[in-house]
Amino acid sequence: MYNTGKIIAGLVVFFILATLPFLLNLGKANAKIEPSIDTPEINAMPKKHCVEPKAFMRSEHMQLLNNWRDQVVRNGNRIYVGSDGNEYPISLQNTCMKCHANKKKFCDKCHNYMAVKPYCWGCHIAPKENEA
Amino acid sequence: MKTVLPFIAVVILVLLPLFGVTVAHQTQIFFGVVVPYTAVAVFVFGFIYRILQWGKSPVPFCIPTTCGQQKSLPWIKQDKLENPVTTMQVVGRMLLEVLVFRSLFRNMKTEMKEGKAVYGSEKLLWLAGLAFHWSFLFIFVRHYRFFVQDVPTAIQLMEGMDSFFQIGAPLFYMTDAVILGAVTFLLVRRVYLPQIRYISLAADFFPLFLILAIAISGILMRYFFKTHIVAVKQLAIGLVSLNPTIPEGIGAIFYVHLFLICVLLMYFPFSKLMHMGGVFLSPTRNMANDSRIVRYINPWNYPVHVHTYEEYEDDFREKMKKAGLPVEKE
Repeated sequence: MYNTGKIIAGLVVFFILATLPFLLNLGKANAKIEPSIDTPEINAMPKKHCVEPKAFMRSEHMQLLNNWRDQVVRNGNRIYVGSDGNEYPISLQNTCMKCHANKKKFCDKCHNYMAVKPYCWGCHIAPKENEA
Repeated sequence: MKTVLPFIAVVILVLLPLFGVTVAHQTQIFFGVVVPYTAVAVFVFGFIYRILQWGKSPVPFCIPTTCGQQKSLPWIKQDKLENPVTTMQVVGRMLLEVLVFRSLFRNMKTEMKEGKAVYGSEKLLWLAGLAFHWSFLFIFVRHYRFFVQDVPTAIQLMEGMDSFFQIGAPLFYMTDAVILGAVTFLLVRRVYLPQIRYISLAADFFPLFLILAIAISGILMRYFFKTHIVAVKQLAIGLVSLNPTIPEGIGAIFYVHLFLICVLLMYFPFSKLMHMGGVFLSPTRNMANDSRIVRYINPWNYPVHVHTYEEYEDDFREKMKKAGLPVEKE
């Protein structure tokens, strides 16, 4: 082989870069991510439900919140009719956070894991949580 | 044919996981564990094999292609980046080539006008190529948030830059639009320009269709047919920590995206995509133009057996004397 030193050095760099995710996760266990719905408000519900079914909320909540914001701020519409026919007041702090008062154990759980930083709390006031 | 066949191939590659995962759930292990591991292995070892093969090929001559003033007399200014003589100058030239595609910047278009060949500047290919490669790199690095549990600040900063305009939710990434536009341009260019279409092969169209399909499936997954993203990261971390799991609730669109990327990885070492490693091994770029300073030895040269006149005379001295021929040694 020609220029052996340079080629081997380049290949070592390539190998490290290409397998970096494997090297960084060597011997690390997968974290278990369960957003907690253990709040007094939710526990007091006879039948636990959100404004939409769980699977929909899980993947579409960001879009729903975005639409809610536009509905309120641009159209002044403060009532949301869920797919179950119930009416809900459109409000992050008074509807969402009323039940999900545990932002740190609910919202932040997945958001931190996925390194997502929603800018909800740039305008809204995050709930005060008393960490026991 | 050379356009349609790759297109059909990519369509089949999309349909395979789509049907596999929706019809039989057991195939999730195949598409979510077996194929990704195979793909990474083929990519890494295939890549290394190709580079070693190239490393074994001798370069017979000093052949840097230059386009600037060579190092000459002290009062003639040398063009250090276009005509390097030292290793550092070569490194500078290579950096420009790899990072900003300097040689493509000189791309020209030739046209016949009134019976004469006319040359003009053609920067669009350079611009689209640069936009494509950089956005692809950005997107690739951005995906590291799926592969490390505590995402480094640098990756989060990159994401912040990419979603700077804060359009919609989930936030719209600029690079998504850039890569779609650039790949579409590169594809349309090959179809639309007759000269380019003539020299294009199926192997040129296939990667373009494949990358386009990867980008589209990713964009669809992020903005339209959303999947259970936390489960996706669980799967990704499971793969890279060698503890594979198949979490519930991941949509088929994710398996399409993953499978297409795996196909790209497996296709990589066998294709023109190897220019990623090959650009560093191009003798016309990575050699210093110093053949007037240092003698370049052709590695092919073998020791040539020579028979000198003295040896010849030793062999035939007696016969030469008898024939009356002059000899140098008595």
